[in-house]
Amino acid sequence: MEAYLTLIQVLDSTIRLATPLLLACLAGLYSERAGIFDIGLEGKMLAAAFFSAAIASLTGSVWLGLAAGITASVALSALHGVASITFRGNQLISGVAINFLAAGMTVLIAQHWFSQGGRTPSLFAGGRFEPVTLPFADSIADVPIIGPLYSELISGHSVLVYVAFAAVPLTWWLLYRTRFGLRLRAVGENPAAVDTAGVSVIGLRYAAVVICGILCGLAGAYLSTALQAGFVKDMSAGRGFIALAALIFAKWRPWYALWATLLFGLFGALETRPDVIESLTGMKVQGQLLGALPYIMTVLILAGFGGKAIPPRAGGEPYVKER
Amino acid sequence: MDVMPKWAEVILVPLISLLLAAILSALVILGIGEDPVEAVKLMVNGALGSTYGWGYTLYYATNFMFTGLAVSIAFHARLFNIGGEGQAMLGGLGVAIACLYIPWPHWSLALVGAAVMAGLFGAAWAAIPAWLQAKRGSHIVITTIMFNFIAASLLNYVLVNLMRPQGSMDPATARFPEATNLPTLHDLLAPFGIEFSKAAPANVSLLVAMAACVLLWLLIWRTRLGYEIRAYGHSESAAKYAGISPVKITMIAMIISGALAGLMAVNNVMGEAERLVLNSTEGAGFIGIAVALMGRSHPLGVFIAAILFGFLYQGGAELALWTSIPRELIVVIQALVILFTGALDNMVRMPLERIFLALRRARSSKPERKEG
Repeated sequence: MEAYLTLIQVLDSTIRLATPLLLACLAGLYSERAGIFDIGLEGKMLAAAFFSAAIASLTGSVWLGLAAGITASVALSALHGVASITFRGNQLISGVAINFLAAGMTVLIAQHWFSQGGRTPSLFAGGRFEPVTLPFADSIADVPIIGPLYSELISGHSVLVYVAFAAVPLTWWLLYRTRFGLRLRAVGENPAAVDTAGVSVIGLRYAAVVICGILCGLAGAYLSTALQAGFVKDMSAGRGFIALAALIFAKWRPWYALWATLLFGLFGALETRPDVIESLTGMKVQGQLLGALPYIMTVLILAGFGGKAIPPRAGGEPYVKER
Repeated sequence: MDVMPKWAEVILVPLISLLLAAILSALVILGIGEDPVEAVKLMVNGALGSTYGWGYTLYYATNFMFTGLAVSIAFHARLFNIGGEGQAMLGGLGVAIACLYIPWPHWSLALVGAAVMAGLFGAAWAAIPAWLQAKRGSHIVITTIMFNFIAASLLNYVLVNLMRPQGSMDPATARFPEATNLPTLHDLLAPFGIEFSKAAPANVSLLVAMAACVLLWLLIWRTRLGYEIRAYGHSESAAKYAGISPVKITMIAMIISGALAGLMAVNNVMGEAERLVLNSTEGAGFIGIAVALMGRSHPLGVFIAAILFGFLYQGGAELALWTSIPRELIVVIQALVILFTGALDNMVRMPLERIFLALRRARSSKPERKEG
C-alpha cells in the first residue's frame, strides 16, 4: 500500500511536469508538420509565462492573464512567420532570435513594471488556476486502489492539464480526419503540390504558426499560473527544448507526443525523488544523468538507433513559387 | 547574376540591418522609461572611458572572437553550430585538467598545453554531432542543442562529484597553480610604459584570439581546404560533383568550429576565473551566433563585431550598476541583431535589390533599346 501511494505520487508529479511539455510539443507538431521548424518554443513559452503572470497579478484575473499570455506568444509566432514565411529567412536563426528576445524582454519589462529583480509578485487566489476537483473525487477517496487513483492522480489538476490531454485526440482528429489537416500535412511534405491544387501555402503555414503560438501560450501560462504562483526569470528552464526533443521522439505524431512527454515528465519527477529509484533498482542513479536522459535519448533516436525519426520533408525550407 | 554591387552587399545591407536593430533598441529603452542618449553615454563611458572599462570590454571581446569564429567557420560550410556553449564548457574542462594535473614550469608552456587541451575537448564535443550529421543524417542544429544540455549535466556531475576539492561546498575545481596564471594586459603593457588597469581581466588570450582571426582568414580564403569548405557551403551538389566529400567537409568544419569554441576557455577559465566553475561560459557560445551574423562570417567582421559586443556587455553591466535598466537589455539587443542581420535579412535586401535593379535599368535602357 505504501509503495502504491508512492507510485501515485510520482505519477501525479509526472502529469504536472508533462503538461507544459505536452502543450509545447503539440505546438511544435503543428508548426513542423506545416514545414516550419520552430526552435523558438522556449521563448514563446517564457513570454507567455511572464505576460500571464503579470496581467493576472495586475488584474487579479487568471483568465485575463491567460489571454495576455496567449497574445504574447502568438505575437512572437507572427514574428517567426513574417521572418520565415514572408521574407523566407532562416527559420533556425529566427527561432534563436525569438528565444533571446523573450529571455531579455521578460526581465526588462518585469523590472520596469514590478521592480522585483525580474519577477512578478506572487499570485493569490483568482490570479491562479486552482485545482479542479472532479465529481465524486472526495466521496471515493477512501476506496482502496481506485480511490487514490481517481482522487489523487486523475482529479485535482488545473484545468489546463485537462485541456492539454484533450488536445491530443483533438490534434489527431484535426490532422488526420479533416481537410485542413490533410492540407497542413501536405504543405510540410510537398508545398508545390498544395500550391498547384490552388491552396495557399502561405495561408496554411501562417495558420499552423498561429496554432503553435496559442499552444505555447497555454504552456507558458500553465508554468506561471498553475505549476507555480508567479513568474521568475528564465522559468521555462529549457522545457521548450525538451518539448522539441519529445517531438522528435514522437516522430511528429500526436499520440506518440503524449507518451514521449509523459516519459520525459517521469524523468523529471524521478529527479526529485532519488529515494524511489534507489529502492526500485537498488542502485544510486545520479540526478544529472536523469536530467540529461531526454537529450541523450533524443540524440540516439536522431542517430537512427531504435527507429528512424523522419521529419516532414519540406521542413526548414522556405517555399518559393516557381518562376 | 548579382543584382547588387559588392559594396552594397557587404556594407550597406548589414549596416541598414544594424541601424534597424539600434533604432528598436532605443525604442525599448524609451519604452521602459529611460533616456536612450543618456544610456549610450553611460555605456560608452563605462566601457571605453578608462583602461579598466577597456580591460573588461576586451576581455569579453576575446570570448566572443573565439565563439564568433567558431560559428563562422561552420556557417561557411552551411552548418549551423548552435552548440558553441557546450563545446566551450568542455573546453573549460580540458583547461582545468591541463592546469590542475600537469606541473607547468612557466605560464607560456601552460598556455600552449591548456590551449591544446581546450581545443581537443571542444573539437571532440563537436565531432559527435558532426559525425551524426554526416553519416546518419541527424540534423546538426538539434543534436548540438541536445549536446549543450548534455554538456551542462556532464560538467555539473564532474564538478560536484569528481573535481571538487575535499571540504568545499562550491561546485567548482580548486584554484589553478600560480605558474599557470596568464599575464594580464597590465603585465604585458607595463614594459612599454603604458599604464593599464590592474583590475581588469583582459589577458594574453586576446592575442591568441587575434591570431586565430588571421589564421582562420588564411584558412578560408588562402587554402585548398578553405576553398572546399566554401564551395560545399555554396552548393552541396556542385561540390559533390567536383569530388569534394561532404563527410570530410562536415567533419573538418565542425572540428575546427568546436576547437575554436573550446579555446574560449583559455580566456575565461584560465585567464580570468583561474578555476572551473559551473556556467563559466555565461552564454558566450550563443553570442557567437550574433557576432558571426553581424560580421558576415568574415574574420575581420567577427573581430569588429566581437569588440562591439564586448562594449555592449561591459557597457550593459555599467548601465545595470547606475540605472534601473537590467543587464538583460544586452540580451534584447543581441536578439534584435540576430533577427535583423540573420532572419530578416531579406526584408532589407529585397527593397534594396529593387532599387539597384531600377537604377541599372534606367542607366542601360538609354543607349540601346532592344525590346520589342
